[in-house]
Amino acid sequence: MTVVLNINSQRHEVDADPATPLLYVLRNDLKLNGAKFGCGLGQCGACTVLVEREPVFSCLTPIAVLEGRRVRTLEGLGTADKPGPLQAAFIKEQAAQCGYCIPGMILRAQALLEKNASPTQAQIRDHMQPNLCRCGTHMRILRAIDRAAKDMKTASATPPAPTETAR
Amino acid sequence: MTKAFMPPLSRRALLAGGGAVIVSFALTRHGLAQDAAPAKTKLPGDLSKAPMLDSWIGIDAQGGITVFTGKAELGQGIKTALLQCAAEELKVAPDTITLVTADTARTPNEGYTAGSHSMQDSGVAIRCAAAQVRAIMMTLAAAKLGVSEPDLTARDGAISTKNGRSARYAELVSGEALHVAAQPMSPLTPPKELKVIGEEMPRVDIPGKLTGKPMYVQDLRPDGMLHARVLRPSNYGARLAYFSTDAVRAMPGVVDIVRDGSFIAVVAQGEFQAINAVNVLAQNAHWSDGPQLPEQRTIHETLMALPSQDSTILDKGDAAQSGVKRLKATYTRPYQAHASIGPSCAVALWQDDRLTVWTHSQGVYPLRDSIAKMLALPPEQIHCIHAEGSGCYGHNAADDVAGDAALIAKAMPGKPIRVQWMREDEHGWEPFGPAMQTQVEAAVDTEGKLIAWQFEVWSNTHSMRPGGPGNLLAGQYLAQPFQPDAPKPIPQPEGGGDRNAIPIYAIPNARVVSHFTPDMPIRVSALRALGAYHNIFTTESFMDEMADAAGADPVAFRLAHLQDPRARDVVTRAAKEFGWNDKEKAPAGWGRGFAFARYKNLAAYCAVALDLHVDRSSGIISLGRVVAAVDSGQAVNPDGIRNQIEGAIVQSASWTTVEEVTFDRERITSRDWSSYPILRFPALPQSVAVHVIDRPEQPFLGTGEAGQGPAAAAIANAFARATGTRMRQLPLSPPRVRSAVAI
Amino acid sequence: MLARIIITLVIVLVVAFGGFYAWAWHSEIPAEQPHAASSFDPAIVAKGAKLAAVGSCVVCHSTAGSPSYAGGYPVKTPFGTIYGTNITPDPEIGIGAWSAVAFRRAMREGVDRRGRHLYPAFPYDHFTHATDSDLDAVYAYLMTRAPVRQETPPPDVVFPLNIRLFAAGWKLLFLHHGGHVADTSQTPEWNRGAYLAETFGHCGACHTPRNALGAEKRGEQYAGGTAEGWTAPALNAASPAPVAWTPEAAFNYLRHGFDRRHGHVAGPMRPVVDDLARADEGDVRAIATYIASLNGVSTADNQGKAAAAVQAAQSRELPIHKGETTGSAPPAGNDGAAIFAGACATCHHQGGRFPVSRPVELGLSSIVNGGSPRNLLQIVLDGIHPAPNERGHIMPGFSGTLTDEQIAALADYVRSHFTDKPKWDDTEATLNAIRQNKNFDKNSGKNS
Repeated sequence: MTVVLNINSQRHEVDADPATPLLYVLRNDLKLNGAKFGCGLGQCGACTVLVEREPVFSCLTPIAVLEGRRVRTLEGLGTADKPGPLQAAFIKEQAAQCGYCIPGMILRAQALLEKNASPTQAQIRDHMQPNLCRCGTHMRILRAIDRAAKDMKTASATPPAPTETAR
Repeated sequence: MTKAFMPPLSRRALLAGGGAVIVSFALTRHGLAQDAAPAKTKLPGDLSKAPMLDSWIGIDAQGGITVFTGKAELGQGIKTALLQCAAEELKVAPDTITLVTADTARTPNEGYTAGSHSMQDSGVAIRCAAAQVRAIMMTLAAAKLGVSEPDLTARDGAISTKNGRSARYAELVSGEALHVAAQPMSPLTPPKELKVIGEEMPRVDIPGKLTGKPMYVQDLRPDGMLHARVLRPSNYGARLAYFSTDAVRAMPGVVDIVRDGSFIAVVAQGEFQAINAVNVLAQNAHWSDGPQLPEQRTIHETLMALPSQDSTILDKGDAAQSGVKRLKATYTRPYQAHASIGPSCAVALWQDDRLTVWTHSQGVYPLRDSIAKMLALPPEQIHCIHAEGSGCYGHNAADDVAGDAALIAKAMPGKPIRVQWMREDEHGWEPFGPAMQTQVEAAVDTEGKLIAWQFEVWSNTHSMRPGGPGNLLAGQYLAQPFQPDAPKPIPQPEGGGDRNAIPIYAIPNARVVSHFTPDMPIRVSALRALGAYHNIFTTESFMDEMADAAGADPVAFRLAHLQDPRARDVVTRAAKEFGWNDKEKAPAGWGRGFAFARYKNLAAYCAVALDLHVDRSSGIISLGRVVAAVDSGQAVNPDGIRNQIEGAIVQSASWTTVEEVTFDRERITSRDWSSYPILRFPALPQSVAVHVIDRPEQPFLGTGEAGQGPAAAAIANAFARATGTRMRQLPLSPPRVRSAVAI
Repeated sequence: MLARIIITLVIVLVVAFGGFYAWAWHSEIPAEQPHAASSFDPAIVAKGAKLAAVGSCVVCHSTAGSPSYAGGYPVKTPFGTIYGTNITPDPEIGIGAWSAVAFRRAMREGVDRRGRHLYPAFPYDHFTHATDSDLDAVYAYLMTRAPVRQETPPPDVVFPLNIRLFAAGWKLLFLHHGGHVADTSQTPEWNRGAYLAETFGHCGACHTPRNALGAEKRGEQYAGGTAEGWTAPALNAASPAPVAWTPEAAFNYLRHGFDRRHGHVAGPMRPVVDDLARADEGDVRAIATYIASLNGVSTADNQGKAAAAVQAAQSRELPIHKGETTGSAPPAGNDGAAIFAGACATCHHQGGRFPVSRPVELGLSSIVNGGSPRNLLQIVLDGIHPAPNERGHIMPGFSGTLTDEQIAALADYVRSHFTDKPKWDDTEATLNAIRQNKNFDKNSGKNS
C-alpha cells in the first residue's frame, strides 16, 4: 500500500508494506545513502535519522508510524559543496576513518545541538552513547561536535557571513 | 638513510641520478629497450611487482592524469596519502589527479592491503614512478623547447623555461611514452623542496562520506539489482539436512532460492523482503550437528595441548641464567572480533560469461583467484573491483560475502546481486583474531640491567585469507566442498603469531620460541596487528614487572635497554609530553602506565603514556589522559598518522578493557553488540594527544597497526600501578577486574 | 474547668514532646582518625564486599560516571528527593571519621554520626535486623574503599517533612528493632535467604506496598509495590508470572538478569542484578530459594497451568512480517501489529534464525501478563541498557520513534496477542503519567 512520507521536506509516496523499516525505504526506494545498515537491532546507531526533533534508529522504525511526521536524513543537512554546520565541523576535524558510522553520528549530534546549544563534554558523551564507532574516531567526533556547537553559536550571533566554505 | 631503499638526496647526487635515469629512458624510447640490461638492484616498493611506469601513471591527450594503485582505501586515508605522493613528484595539484584503486582489470597486483604496508609498497612505488614520469616529461620538453634540462621547471602539469615558454604534459606525452620500465633510482624531490608531502591535506574521501554520496559497496545499485541473504548453518560444520522452500517461495518479492549443498540463499526484489524470507527459510531448514567446540573456560589449555610446530626465532647466549632476580609470567588473550560496524557486503553480476564482483576485500587479485577456483572458471573471466566498505581491521567477512555474491550471481545470469550479511552472521562467522598465550621469563643483574630473556608464544595462524576456495566460507559448504588451505605461519622478520615476539631491547642473552599450532577449533585469520598486539602486551607488561624487580622507573628502564636512537627519541618524547613522573603519587584509584614498541621491529615506532582510574566496585577502567609519540619515518600526511594512532589507541582500549568472543560447545554465542560489547562514548579516554616525529630524510614506515600493542600494555601497566595487582589475562573487563581487585 | 483541661493538655503535650524529644535525641559520636585500610582483616573486608553487593549499596550511593560510593544518586519519594550520601572513607564528606559503633547505629537506628535522623529512604528498617558481625564486615569493606571528595546535594523534601525530627516520629511508628528470627521448619538455605532478603537485600522496600506515610504495610509483605515509576511485581501468590518462580529460575534472574520463562531484568531492578552478580553465589541461591517460596507451594494445579502457559507461548504464531505490499491495515499508523512487525519482530520472533540475543517469550513475561501496563510502557519508551563495558541485553527505547498513540496501540496489541488476559483499561493514562514524570525530571535537570 502507499505510505506518504516527508523526508527532508520533500513529499514521497512509497509503495511498500507499512511495516517496512524506514532504513530500507530510504536506501533502496529513495536512493538516499546516508543512513547505513549496521545491526538492524537498534544497538549501533549507524541508521540514525531524525523524526521531528528526535534521533531514531531507522532500522526499527516502520514507515507506518511516520505519516504526518517530518523525517530528516544526512542528505537534508547539506551537500559536499555546501555542508551543514555539523558536516563542516566533521570535515574540519577530519572526523572519520572508514566513515560508515559518521552519518548516524552527525544526525544524533544534530538532535543534541538543536536542544542544547552549549552541551558540556559529559553531555555530549552521554548523548552519543547509543552510536558505535569501530575505527576509534571517537575523540575527533567529540571535537567536531564541540566545534559545530561553537560555530553555530558564532554564526547565530553574527550577521550571516559570506558563504561558509569548508576546506 | 637506508641505502637500498632510496638514494641519498643531495642536490648533486640527485642530478647525477636523474641524469642516469634519463639516459636510459632515452634509450628505451629509441627502441633499444631490449638492450637494456636487467636491473640488478631491486626496484623500490611495489615497482618490483609491476615495473612498467604506465602500470602506475597514465597521462591522456587532454592532460588528465590517472594514478593506479593496487592498494585499497580501508578508511586509513591511503587514497589521500598516495595522491600526495603522486602530486608531489608530478608537480601537479592533487585534485587534478584521478586515482584508481584495487581493480583486477586496471591496477597493479599489489596483493593485500594489509600489514601497514601500503605506504612502504604502493606509496614508494607511486612516488618513484611519478618522479620518473616527470623526468621523462623534462627530457621530452627539453627536446621540444630546445633548451637543456637544468633550465626547465615542472609546475602545474607543465614544463616551463626560464623565459616563460612551456609545454603541457598533454602536449609532450604520446603513444607509448610511459610504457617503459622503471629504474631503481628516482629523481625524488629533496625534503626541503617538498610542497605536498608532509602537508596535512584533508582526506579526499571525507566530504562524500559525510554528505551521503554513494561511497561504499553498500551504496551500489546497478539497474535491476536484486537483494540476497544467505542462511548460514546452525553452527560450524553443520550440514543442511532437509528443508522446505514452499513457505519462502510464497512470500512477496521472493525471486528465487539458490542452493548448492549446504549453501543456501534467498533472492528477492526488496531488501526487507529478502531479510524476511531468510527468516522464514531458517524456520524451514534443519541442520545436522557440527563438531563440538572446545570449552571456553579452558580454551588456552586446549590450545596449548594441540600439536605445534616449534621454531626458535632468536637464540643468543645463555637465556636460562638466573641473575640476581628472575621472574616468570604467563599472559593470554581471548579470541577477538573485527566486528565491523557495517556487515560485509558485495555486489556481483554474471553476464556474457564474465563475472564482475564489487567487493571491499583487502586483496582483489587473491579474491579473484579464489572465486575462479570455486566456480571452476579461468581467472580472466572474473573482474574484481574494490569498493569501500565499513572498516575491516584485517581479514573480516569481506571475502566471504564476495564469494556468496559470486555463487548467487553465477546462478542468476544477467541479474546484479547484492548480498549483505546480517549482524549475527558477521559476529558469528567472521574469522576472529586468534586466542594466544605467551610465557616470558627474564633476569636482571646486580646493576638492574636485563641479562636474560626467554619468551615463548603459542598461536594459531593469523592468515587464512584467500587463498584457496576453501578459505571462502561458502566454499566449505558446497555440495562438493573445498577444504580450507593448510594453515601456515607467516615467517619472520614480519611474523604472524610471533610478530614482535623478539624483544627490541638490548639483552645479552635471549631466546624466543614460536609454537605454531595448525589446528583451529575456532575460525581465525588476520586481525589488525596480528600477534603483535598480544606479544607487545606481554613484553611491555613484563618490562614493567622487571623494572619493578630492578627498582627502576619504567621509562628509564626501557631507555637503559634501547639502543636505536629513533626508539629512544619516541620514548623520550612521549614521556616528556605526558609529564612522566613515576615518583609522584597518583590520586587514590589512579595509576600511570607507559609502553613502547616498534611495529614488527621494522615499521613505525610508537610509545604511549596514559593514566587511568579503576573503580574496584564496578570493575570499570576509566582512561584519563593518553599521550602518544610516533615515528613513521617521512610523514606524508601527519594528520593521517595522528588519526591512525588515535584510532589504534581507542580501538585497543576497547579490545583490552572490554572485548572477548564467547562460545558454548555448539556455536559462537557473541552474535551482536549485546553479547559482544565494544567501547562506547561514555567510556572514552578524557583526551588523546598524538605527537608525530617527522623524519623527512627517512623512508615511509607503516603506521596503521603501530599503536594497538603499546596502548594495551600501557593500560595494563597503569592498572597495576592503580591497584597493586598485575592482570595478565586479556581483556581487563569489568567482571575480571572485579574478581581481581574487588576487595 | 476549661482552663484546667487546657493546662493539663499542654502539660501532657509538653511532657510527651519532651519525652519524645529525649527519646529522639542522639548524641554525636566523636570523630575518629580514618583507619588505615591495612588495619582491617582482608577476610572480613571480603565478607563485607559480598554483603554490600547483596545490599546494592552502590546503587543509591553512586551516580553514573562518578566513582562508586561517592554519593549523589537521587532517590525520588512521594515526599521529595533525597540524595544518596557519600559513603567513601573521606573523613569530611564521607564516613571516614565514623567509628564502627557510629556505623552500626546508622544502620540500626537511622541516625548519622553527628546524631541527625536519616530519612527512611535509607532502608534501616531492614538493616536493623542484621547481625553485628555482618554490619562490621560491611563497615570494614566501606572503610577500605578509595576516599572521594564529592559533595552530596542536600535533600529536597517538602515542608514539614524536611524537619528531620519527623523521621524520628516515623521510626517511633514503623521501625521495629530486633534480630532476624529463623524459621526452624525451613532449611538452612531458605533461612539464609530469608535473612539476606529481609536485611541487606531489603527486597520489600520495593516489592511490598507502602502506606500513606511511606512505610511498608506489614500485612501485605511482597504483595507488589512501586519503584521509580515502575511496578515492582508481587512476589507472593499474587505474582503475575504465568510460570511460577522456581529457585532455579529466580537464581538465573537474580544472578544473570535473564530467565527464559520470565524474561530480562529491566528498570530499577537492573542495577540490583548487576550487584548480585558480585555477591556470593551461594547467597544468591539462598535468596532465590526464599523468593521462589513466596509464590506458594508447587501443586499439580499450578504446574499444569505453567505447562499450559509455556505451550501457549510457544505455539502462538508471531506476526513475522510476511511482506505483503497490499492489505487492509488502515489506519496503519496506529496498527499495533504493523508496528510490532516493523519495530519488534526482528528480535522478538521465535523459532527463526539463531537467536541474536535470547528473546523473551512475551507470553510468559510478567510485564505483559501483569495488571498494569506500566513496565511494558517503560521498557518500550526507554529500552534496556547494560552496565558500561559489559555484556548485557540491549533493547533500544522507542520514545522518539513512536507517538503516544502508537505506543499505546503497540502495548495493547502485545497484551492481546500474547496473553489471554483482559485488555488494560489504563494504557493511555499510565503512559501520560510516565511521560509527565519524565518531563518533570528532564525539566528539573535530574536523572539526566
